[in-house]
Amino acid sequence: MSGHEKEFLERADEFMGIFRRGAEFTRELVEENARLRRALMEIDNRQSEAAQDGGEWEKLRQELVHRIRGLETEKQDVLERLGALEEENRQFAGRYLEIEEENNNLANLYVASYQLHSTLELSEVLKIIIEIVINLIGAEVFAVYVLDEKTESLEPVAAEGKEASSFPVLPLRGGLVGSSVESGETACVEGEVPGSAEPMVSIPLRIEDRPIGAIAIFSLLSQKDHFTPLDHELFTLLAGHAATAIFASQLHAQSERKLNTIQGFIDLLTK
Amino acid sequence: MDQHRILIVEDSPTMRQLLVFALKRLKGAELVEAQDGMDGLRKVTSDHFDLALIDINMPVMDGLKLISLIRQEDELREMPIVVITTEGASEDRDRAMALGASEYLTKPIQANRVLAVAKSLLKLA
Repeated sequence: MSGHEKEFLERADEFMGIFRRGAEFTRELVEENARLRRALMEIDNRQSEAAQDGGEWEKLRQELVHRIRGLETEKQDVLERLGALEEENRQFAGRYLEIEEENNNLANLYVASYQLHSTLELSEVLKIIIEIVINLIGAEVFAVYVLDEKTESLEPVAAEGKEASSFPVLPLRGGLVGSSVESGETACVEGEVPGSAEPMVSIPLRIEDRPIGAIAIFSLLSQKDHFTPLDHELFTLLAGHAATAIFASQLHAQSERKLNTIQGFIDLLTK
Repeated sequence: MDQHRILIVEDSPTMRQLLVFALKRLKGAELVEAQDGMDGLRKVTSDHFDLALIDINMPVMDGLKLISLIRQEDELREMPIVVITTEGASEDRDRAMALGASEYLTKPIQANRVLAVAKSLLKLA
């Protein structure tokens, strides 16, 4: 057998192999086609049966509609509960902030009150009043006035921002400070009046009807631009507690002086 | 919870008490008070602190001097420092920050603001 013949036979075998695989693939396709036809017929039959059995179909439909309505109601209910919870959450957050602020305010008021009654020395009491007005209220220039009962005038005894002696002696009656002490009402002008000799705040220091003095605030620290509700609470606290502390320290000083005098007499008599 | 030691350097007893009130709400915080800059320096160099709150205007040694001395100590370079002061001008703030302050709070202070700043610097927030 020549080389050409051998090559021809090999190619014929190769072609036959390809042909056989093609035939096999075609048979598989035909079988798959038949299977799909049967499946399609089966589906058609089922559809026809379902269409014929209208009662079952309607029952199923109603069941599904009922279920959908139930789920929608449930969803609405959940949404409403979620809204209520969110609202409650907002209320709690707001309340928390209010309590937090109240807590801070109470801490400031407690500290102010505690410090004011921590000593019986007039100089210490005045120092504490100054600390409170600077640190808790944020005043820059202010003076503490004490009533001189003999002259019925208010004398500056302690100050911040300027020397106490540079503040004017004020009459007990008249002017913002005098009127405030006389009425017992805190006078507060929101916003500093540049160039004005009048203070922006006058806190009267009184024990019941007895005037003790006043705290006059002339200007605030640069970073403080308005009074807060806490400031007004502090004004009220100072009006009562600073007055009591000053009065108690004055009584204490008087009693010390009297005690020394009496002791002097006793020493003189017993020697 | 870890213990946090906080030093409060402030000459005003009123402010010290207020700061103690605010910071007592930090769980596990141990608060130490110093009444002037010198007292503060003595305490901060002889013991470990995680945070210091320092007033500026104080007798004996002011807060700015104290901050500059603290920052000269190798082991205190990283300690957070909060300045609490009446000085609200931006140049005062810049000066304190340039010396090594971590935060600058002006008076009158809000206790919750002090607490928030302390928590942040102690990395508790």
